[in-house]
Amino acid sequence: MKYIDEFQDPELARRLLDDIHATVTRPWALMEVCGGQTHSIIRHGIDQLLPEQLELIHGPGCPVCVTPLEVIDKALEIASRPEVIFCSFGDMLRVPGTGRDLFQVRGEGGDVRVVYSPLDALRIAQQNPDREVVFFGIGFETTAPPNAMTVHQARKLGVRNFSMLVSHVRVPPAIEAIMSSPSCRVQGFLAAGHVCSVMGVEEYPELAERFRVPIVVTGFEPLDILEGVRRAVRQLERGEHTVDNAYARAVRPEGNPAARAMLEDVFEVTDRAWRGIGVIPGSGWRLSSKYRDHDAEHRFPVDGIRTEEPAECRSGEVLQGLLKPHECEAFGTLCTPRTPLGATMVSSEGACAAYYLYRRLDMPATKTREATPVV
Amino acid sequence: MCLAVPGRVLDIEDRDGTRMATVDFGGVVKEVCLEYLPDLQVGEYAIVHVGFALQRLDEESARQTLELFAELGMLQEEFGDAWEMAAAEAGTDPLEEVHNQ
Ligand code: SF4
Repeated sequence: MKYIDEFQDPELARRLLDDIHATVTRPWALMEVCGGQTHSIIRHGIDQLLPEQLELIHGPGCPVCVTPLEVIDKALEIASRPEVIFCSFGDMLRVPGTGRDLFQVRGEGGDVRVVYSPLDALRIAQQNPDREVVFFGIGFETTAPPNAMTVHQARKLGVRNFSMLVSHVRVPPAIEAIMSSPSCRVQGFLAAGHVCSVMGVEEYPELAERFRVPIVVTGFEPLDILEGVRRAVRQLERGEHTVDNAYARAVRPEGNPAARAMLEDVFEVTDRAWRGIGVIPGSGWRLSSKYRDHDAEHRFPVDGIRTEEPAECRSGEVLQGLLKPHECEAFGTLCTPRTPLGATMVSSEGACAAYYLYRRLDMPATKTREATPVV
Repeated sequence: MCLAVPGRVLDIEDRDGTRMATVDFGGVVKEVCLEYLPDLQVGEYAIVHVGFALQRLDEESARQTLELFAELGMLQEEFGDAWEMAAAEAGTDPLEEVHNQ
C-alpha cells in the first residue's frame, strides 16, 4: 500500500478502502467510463489498493482517443490549407492521423493554433476577417456546451469566417454498446462526473434497469473514485442495480438546464464512428442544419479522404476494456508517446499513455488478472 | 481535456451581450463565460471547463480540489503551453520527468 500516504486525506482513504475490502466477497468487474478517472486510478495506484477480486476495466471515455481517424485526417487536410487558421485544444496536436499529426502540419507551414477555449478561436476569427478560422470541436457532453455556445455566438454576431469541425460523442450510447457486446464483462459503471454536471442523471436509470448494472456517478479525484467504487460494490453485493450519485457536490439531477437547451438547439444526434471501435448508433452530435454555414465539413472539400489505421494498434480493444494497454505487443516498443501508433498513447486521458507514464517500469508487478467470469 | 477546474469569480462584466467573468484558478487568471450559470456571483466558485462555468461548487471542496491539482501539476497541464508540451513529448522522454519527481 505504498501510495496511500499520498492521498489528500489518508485517514478517509483508509476508511473507504477498509469498507470496500469488508464488502467484497466475490469477483466483480467495474468500468470507469472517463479517461480522467483512468489516469487518476493508475497515477495513484488505486487499482492496486483494491481487493484482488475487484477489477477496474478502463472505458472509452477519452474524447481524443475515440475521435475517428477519418476526422483527424480531415482536420489535417483543412489545417494544411493556406487560407486557414486551424484552432484546437492542445491535446489534439500529436494525435496520429494517417502518416502525420497537427504538430507536423504546423512544421510544414500550416497555421495551427492552440486555444484554451473555443471562444478564443471565435475571437481570432473576428480579428482575421480575411482568413478562414476553423475550430476542432471534439469531446464528450462536458465539452459540447462550450462548443455549442461558440457556434451560436458566431451565428448571432455574424462571424462568417468561423466554422467548426465537429465530432462530439455521448456517453449513454457507449454504455449501451459496451453492455450489448457478447464479450462484455462489465458488471457496474462509474459514470463520468463532469458529463453528468452538464447532462444530469436522467439518461441512466433506463440503462441500469435494462442491463441490471449499478451506475454510480463519480468524480475523478482519488477519494471520489474510492467512494464511487465503494457504492458500486455495495450494490453489486446486494444484487441491486440503481443509479447513485457519489459526486453530488458537482452534479445535480437535472444537470445544467441552460447548457442542455443550447445543445438541443445547436446539435443533432447522429451515428458516430469511434476510433478503433466502429460505429455506435446515436452516439454522436453534429451541427444541426440551422448552423450549416458554420460547419467546416460543408465549407471545405474533405469528402474523399481515405484512412489507414496501423495494423499493430489494438486501441479498439483497449477502449472497450478487452485488453490492458501493456498486453498490446507494440506497447513501449514500437509505440511510445514519442512514436505513438494510436491516439490512446498520446492523449492526457488515454489508457496507453497512463500505463506508459506510471506503470511501464514496474509492469511485471501489474500483470493483469485472469478474466473475471460474469456472474 | 475533460479536466474541469474549480475557480473563483473575481469580477463580472457584460461583453457583446455575453456575461463574462475573470476567474482565478489558484493563481492562474482566465476569462470565463457565465452564460450557462448566469446567476453566479463575484466570490463564488464554479467548475470551469474550456472557458465556461458549468456548475456551482462550494468553497471548501473547490479549494481542496485546487490544492490537489496544483500538487499534481495538473494546473500546468491544463493552462501551460501546449506546444512546449507537445514538443517535449515528441522529442524527449516524458518518463524522465515523472520518475525523477
Ligand atoms: S500501446 Fe500503442 S499500439 Fe498498442 S493499443 Fe496502445 S496506442 Fe495502440
